[in-house]
Amino acid sequence: MARALINVPAKAKRGDIIEIKALMSHPMETGYRTGPDGALVPRDIINRFICTYNGEEIFSADLFPAIAANPFFSFTTIAMESGRIAFRWIDDRGQAHLETAEIAVE
Amino acid sequence: MNRVLKGFAQAAWFGGALSLAIPLALAESPLPERKSGFEFMSPESQATQQDDFSNPGMLWVAEGEALWNAKAGATGRSCAGCHGDAAVSMKGVAARYPVFFAESGRPIDLQSRINVCRKTNQDATPFPLESRELLALSAFLGKQSRGMPITTGEDKRLEPFRARGQELYEQRQGQLNFSCANCHDGNWGRKLASSVIPQSHPTGYPLYRLEWQSMGSLQRRLRNCMVGVRAEPYPYGSQEYVDLELFLMTRARGMPLETPAVRP
Amino acid sequence: MSRKPRPVGTSRREILAAGAGALALIVARPARATPESMADAIKAFVGEAEVREGRVTLELPALVENGNSVPLTVKVDSPMTAQDHVKRIAVFNERNPQPNVALFYLNPRAGRALVSTRIRLGDSQNIVAIAQLSDGTFWSDKAELIVTLPACVES
Repeated sequence: MARALINVPAKAKRGDIIEIKALMSHPMETGYRTGPDGALVPRDIINRFICTYNGEEIFSADLFPAIAANPFFSFTTIAMESGRIAFRWIDDRGQAHLETAEIAVE
Repeated sequence: MNRVLKGFAQAAWFGGALSLAIPLALAESPLPERKSGFEFMSPESQATQQDDFSNPGMLWVAEGEALWNAKAGATGRSCAGCHGDAAVSMKGVAARYPVFFAESGRPIDLQSRINVCRKTNQDATPFPLESRELLALSAFLGKQSRGMPITTGEDKRLEPFRARGQELYEQRQGQLNFSCANCHDGNWGRKLASSVIPQSHPTGYPLYRLEWQSMGSLQRRLRNCMVGVRAEPYPYGSQEYVDLELFLMTRARGMPLETPAVRP
Repeated sequence: MSRKPRPVGTSRREILAAGAGALALIVARPARATPESMADAIKAFVGEAEVREGRVTLELPALVENGNSVPLTVKVDSPMTAQDHVKRIAVFNERNPQPNVALFYLNPRAGRALVSTRIRLGDSQNIVAIAQLSDGTFWSDKAELIVTLPACVES
């Protein structure tokens, strides 16, 4: 199951500002919608998203039901050194996901 | 004002505008006059479709790729086990669907063809129509033909079914008594509520519709149109949908396939 | 009766009447945010600090094709250095069920204060973005959006 598509440049020059994009598969059920039986569908959204670069947090977000289904984020970071950029997100059911991307910095 | 629709100001407007229409089929319209739904979208939605890391349909494509390579059914075979690299073996395939299926003597759409393969060659349970898995595999196959011209309808045996699809397209139906052609041939480019009515070229299915917040098939989209004219939609998998798709895809010949497209 | 199509600017009632799906939306919609509840949410974010206009640029399309997915970009004019950077950016709305949209945490590693996402908007309304800088000041920008409903939705 494809949980996410992550775009991190494979290579960058030290000091360059690079753009990072993350697209996650998630219904982002608002908790305000009724199902076919007329009852409210329980809320289930990704409520927290964290991006780290070699272990250090470079970006994070607290999310609310107003974030669109299959959430998309783009943000920037300075290419500091080669290593791993990790993405973690947690939904209302407590499910945590992790995706990583490698970057080579010259 | 139509009694039935009293209070439905928008529906009444719909009737007023469309009664003016001269439904001329686009069947023979030359290529430059044909416009993909892409051209009727906002620049923001166009940008979403064009960036593979922003287009949510690519999540289904990625999932479809995983399914392509996954062993399934009693035979333990994967799609790739027989077909190899989809980038080679499936290039151009989605662009010619629906095709004539000799075993049934009728046209078959891509989703059902995937299920035939699943059943006969993998000995696996077919995926339900409109399931995430079937949409994912269809999107993955569609992506292998992205940018290629649509070639549907070359097989002469398809002709009676294409003609049946055209009949359905031009036939008035539902409480509002509109045909597909009334809107999409006679009034494309004008507005229904605040949406622009596109021409009906299904160049990007399965596609990610913002309204659905998900991927969906052309059948799902046709159902939405039928509900729009207050008609009872055909059940999923009906031959009517395949004939309609065949007519529309044959008419769209030469236009580039956009799967996975994004639409409002 | 007039046989001419209506001009583009149809009323909210007409747009909502356009489909059964749209009607279902109204029925299902619970109590929602108001300009007052947005003001409360903003107060919870900024406390007693003054919020000044400027330095923040909130980019949203002028006309939204579908409120289920609206691209949003926030930029803040900041050097993003250790001494002078954006710490948080909050986005608020006044007519969804809840006034909060997202809260982004940034630091000098970003290089630039630039964040994009896609949001849901249940109706035409004002959106506000507020950035908290490392010196403790708050800056904001506001955008007004027209949200339309698509034709031929599911019942």
